[in-house]
Amino acid sequence: MTATLADFGIAFGRVAFVMMFILNLGGLLTWVERKQSAIMQDRIGANRASIFGLRIMGLFHPLADAIKMLTKEDFLPARADRFLFKLAPFVSVFFGLVAFASIPFGDTLRVGGRTIPLQAVTLNVGILYVFAMLSLGVYGVMMAGWASANNYALLGGQRAAALMISAEIAIGASIMGVVMWYGSLSLQDIVRAQGSLLFGWIPKWGILTQPLAFILFLTAGIAATKRIPFDMPEGESEIIGYFVEYSGMKFGMFAMADFLETVVIAGLTTSLFLGGWQVPYLYEAGFRFPWGGTLGLPHLLVVLLQVGAFSLKVVVMIFLMMLIRWTLPRFRYDQAMRLGWLGLFPLAILNIVLTGAVLLAWGSHP
Amino acid sequence: MKAAQRFYLREVISGLLLTGHHFFANMGKHLAHAFGRRDARGAVTIQYPEERRPLAPRLRSLHRLVRRGDGSPRCVACMMCETVCPARCIYIVADEHPNPDIEKMPARFDIDLGKCVFCGFCVEACPEDAIRMDTGILEFSSYSRRGMIYTKEMLMALEPAGPNGVPRSPVPIPADRVV
Repeated sequence: MTATLADFGIAFGRVAFVMMFILNLGGLLTWVERKQSAIMQDRIGANRASIFGLRIMGLFHPLADAIKMLTKEDFLPARADRFLFKLAPFVSVFFGLVAFASIPFGDTLRVGGRTIPLQAVTLNVGILYVFAMLSLGVYGVMMAGWASANNYALLGGQRAAALMISAEIAIGASIMGVVMWYGSLSLQDIVRAQGSLLFGWIPKWGILTQPLAFILFLTAGIAATKRIPFDMPEGESEIIGYFVEYSGMKFGMFAMADFLETVVIAGLTTSLFLGGWQVPYLYEAGFRFPWGGTLGLPHLLVVLLQVGAFSLKVVVMIFLMMLIRWTLPRFRYDQAMRLGWLGLFPLAILNIVLTGAVLLAWGSHP
Repeated sequence: MKAAQRFYLREVISGLLLTGHHFFANMGKHLAHAFGRRDARGAVTIQYPEERRPLAPRLRSLHRLVRRGDGSPRCVACMMCETVCPARCIYIVADEHPNPDIEKMPARFDIDLGKCVFCGFCVEACPEDAIRMDTGILEFSSYSRRGMIYTKEMLMALEPAGPNGVPRSPVPIPADRVV
């Protein structure tokens, strides 16, 4: 089979969609963070940036931020490792961006005899890929901490590494239950399996079949984004952290990497526990309700509904993560370590054992 | 610490419910405000330059010199305020009043607002009720120390504040801030 220009275009389109989705959402998150925290705290929030007197609820503030960061002095500490210092923010942002690639944002789109999987990359080990990329993201942070030639930055980098290890283990172990239940490492397969019904009417979403894993994964996932309540690497109330020597857009890229990771974790949670692009009772041909009714829908509309459902779920997850970030006080370093190793990890192991026992008792996949 | 608290989840959920309730209640009020319910307010914020916080009637704001009917200052340059001032920010030069019934008037009456501590002693000490601190003006600033010195003419031009402490006279702009 020779790759035609159309194939190339489709592949490009898939990647571009995912890039646009995650970059725009990540950029918008600075606004969401400001406004959501303000509304939660009975405030109004940043609303002063204006273009020709137009304010539209402070939506120009991300733009103003970008202009500010691009025009600020790009400081390089005298004793810093020049190459690694400059490389670190790019590493952070890069792995945050590519991690989303294997998360499916829809089923398949059939256009002109072609079947296009709605996923930037179709991987049969999608979960492992996302974790690999998320874990590699911490290298940027460690690099920044080491290359800055600053003790506080080094402390921050070390803490990032320690936090990442304790969080990754909990994430990996909590995911195991889901993988055992749905019997696949491919995110697309896991999402498809969540479309079937439990007892004939409950959608078999991961949050219902693996409630413990959901809580563990969300906790560890928030830890992986390095944001409050797990902001030890940054620790702005104590050590300022790994980006203490960074300024301008390089600093902005670290902030952006955190937001990108938030989007990735939200997308992953959606795929694993909230049914991904599944709309309850919506199948290839349209709605088929458990009480017998059917509603036929054209293929394009079904695909649109699925992509819309996925986006909506991701946005709801981001809302929840922001709510957590602006509600909980931060953990101390040792508390976070204790929570990771003595709380999340044993519970995740327990979840694996329980899932295994249930699967064994049931005979096979229920 | 109770065991229930050590198991974070319950406390976390109750905290999320609290902040989530704030979010949705405020969001509802913001939406009601956007759709015409002007009395619904989703935030306690007072958007300052456009919106001013109501001032208490007795709040001590920028001084003013009270005028007589003919426009001359009511002040008789008795130096009581200058004497009582703990910050020593008042500087008065006395002069003859053209009206023989009135003994004196100030030729100069400068207040250095950079030194003033807004104690209000000058207002209390004044036997003629000639100096008051009721203009409602709180925004006085300058780029230099000299600009903080307000002269007799500037202080005499000021009017008392309206209801809710809304200033009725413009903020006197020191010379070094004139664009």
